[in-house]
Amino acid sequence: MNPAALAPLAVVVPFLGAALTFLLIRNPHAQRVASITVLSATLALEVWLLAQVFTGGTYAVRLGGWMPPFGIVMVVDQFSALMLVVSSVVSLAVLVYATGQGAADGDAAGPISIFHPAYLLLVAGVSNAFLAGDLFNLYVGFEILLTASYVLMTMGGTEPRIRAGITYVVVSVVSSMLFLIAIAMIYGATGTINMADLAVKLGQLDPGLQNLLHVMLLVAFGIKAAVFPLSFWLPDSYPTAPAPVTAVFAGLLTKVGVYAMVRTETLLFPGDALGPALLIVGLLTMLVGILGALAQTDIKRMLSFTLVSHIGYMVFGLALSSVAGLAAAIFYVAHHITVQTSLFMVTGLIERRGGTSNIERLGSLAKLSPVLSVLFFIPAMNLAGIPPFSGFLGKVGLLQAGVAQGSALAYVVVAGAVLASLLTLLAVARVWNRAFWRKRVEVVEPEPVLLDHGRFSAEAGVTLLPKTMVGSTAALVAVGLALTVFAGPLFGLSQHSATDMLDRGAYIHAVLGDHG
Amino acid sequence: MSANLTLLVVMGVLYACGIYLLLERSLTRVLLGLMLLTNATNILLLTTGGYAGLAPLVAKDIPADAYNDPLPQALILTSIVISLAVTAVMLGLIYRSWQLGRVDEVQDDAEDKRVAEQHGFDVEDDSHVAAETTEFVPQEDESVTQDDGAQPGLFDDEGTS
Repeated sequence: MNPAALAPLAVVVPFLGAALTFLLIRNPHAQRVASITVLSATLALEVWLLAQVFTGGTYAVRLGGWMPPFGIVMVVDQFSALMLVVSSVVSLAVLVYATGQGAADGDAAGPISIFHPAYLLLVAGVSNAFLAGDLFNLYVGFEILLTASYVLMTMGGTEPRIRAGITYVVVSVVSSMLFLIAIAMIYGATGTINMADLAVKLGQLDPGLQNLLHVMLLVAFGIKAAVFPLSFWLPDSYPTAPAPVTAVFAGLLTKVGVYAMVRTETLLFPGDALGPALLIVGLLTMLVGILGALAQTDIKRMLSFTLVSHIGYMVFGLALSSVAGLAAAIFYVAHHITVQTSLFMVTGLIERRGGTSNIERLGSLAKLSPVLSVLFFIPAMNLAGIPPFSGFLGKVGLLQAGVAQGSALAYVVVAGAVLASLLTLLAVARVWNRAFWRKRVEVVEPEPVLLDHGRFSAEAGVTLLPKTMVGSTAALVAVGLALTVFAGPLFGLSQHSATDMLDRGAYIHAVLGDHG
Repeated sequence: MSANLTLLVVMGVLYACGIYLLLERSLTRVLLGLMLLTNATNILLLTTGGYAGLAPLVAKDIPADAYNDPLPQALILTSIVISLAVTAVMLGLIYRSWQLGRVDEVQDDAEDKRVAEQHGFDVEDDSHVAAETTEFVPQEDESVTQDDGAQPGLFDDEGTS
């Protein structure tokens, strides 16, 4: 049996789950059970898909039986299966975290009932984008996840969220519009939007036209992935959203943009026509992002800037357009999704424990809550790339690939990557020194809740660190550590997948069959 | 492929007006700009289908090139539905913004401005550190050096721990 026949379920199941949780909107408990069950089922399915393609193989499923390139296809290869599994692991952890928050606060202060349907739609959109075999379906996937994200971003409708939400919506709509224009122009030039078909036909176009289409796609995806000159919207909008929402956005949404960039660079426009430009963009993303992070006093904002900075690493690996670079970039994406999400989840816990995420007003958390400090410390060091964590392995892979390419520009970017990594360490160490190691008496205007002891805060009327929230965060931190332990197989998978993607033959054959 | 000049001119005008409105600070105008951009893009998609032809219902005696290309129209339909949803969300957000703050303008990020205005990195970072920085070792007298540039309202260390 063709394993990809079940792939559409990764989109359909969360969709139906969204409908179900929408029906259960008056019953928060049933809603929680339903959405966790649905996501677990999706995850199980995706793990099975990954197992099917783990040792190689690309499968395509023709929806409705229409022959490609006319019908819609969904394609599962190692890269998309890996992205599906990692994104589902992360979204499941965040969902448990959010339900923990909702349960602890009696749904009053936590996510409201629209959270679950919107969240499942987000997951469906992300899965659809990863599985899409044609450009327009990729666009639809983006739109599903973006529309769900508009709802999640502005949940509660408070003034800062509305302010940030409007900027976010306008920027996202403009980027989608650019993508749609690019699709229209590509269709006008080639008469197809099937990606495998395009892989064959785009190469026959005039090089100037190719570059135009290539740049249009990269700009559209660059806005979504928050690559430097197009990244200004991210640190403005992410920090205002509720903690679980920021966590899942930081992990997933920009990576869908990176995924689309990878497909553009490998499948649609192979070769390194824009390699040097991408290298420079990657370097600037790393440096500008991390310099922004150093100026922040709010942990969420600081992390949003490091998120931008680390997108630069993935662009770097992608820009090298070598197997080693692409493999390292794939590994880095998997690593970064888990680590960045767990850091935002921990920040949510810090905000709960200390009443704020401003490091000027936090202190002595290491003494108040040793568990919290361990949960922060591990992913923070992982993000900064301290050995033996996966962040270190990913960065070493990228640096090796950069050195192997050997051009002067690549060396400059390698130096920039090392610098950005050191500055990341500085940024997280600053949070650690202020929020965790500093004495409480030195804190400027501490929130009353910071002075509370025990598990329950009478002041705020909430449990400070609910077990479900801490548990789900710990689970995701453990997944991050597991990436270190199983770095060997994962790197093997990335390597294999990078080879396949640069070769393109397997993908094109899976979709178009022999006449491709 | 041939294209319809009138449609192209309309598309260009829509794009120009849309981009102009998008750059305004008033949110309602931004929304109008986005709607114009969407429609311009729909016309672009329509244009990629080539000249108008017969409805693509297959009949035996009609040659294949007499039909219109149905795919761009399918894409436009999807894109219209999506833009409907996005416009509704935007309208909701703008209304909420009006409800809360009586503003119909793009707001600046307050934290952004605060970070931009801070003079240099960490005025207080190294100047306001106790001699013993750990809390795990209980210690009563802490020598704290105060910086001249320290802002008023800094927490006073005396006799609180």
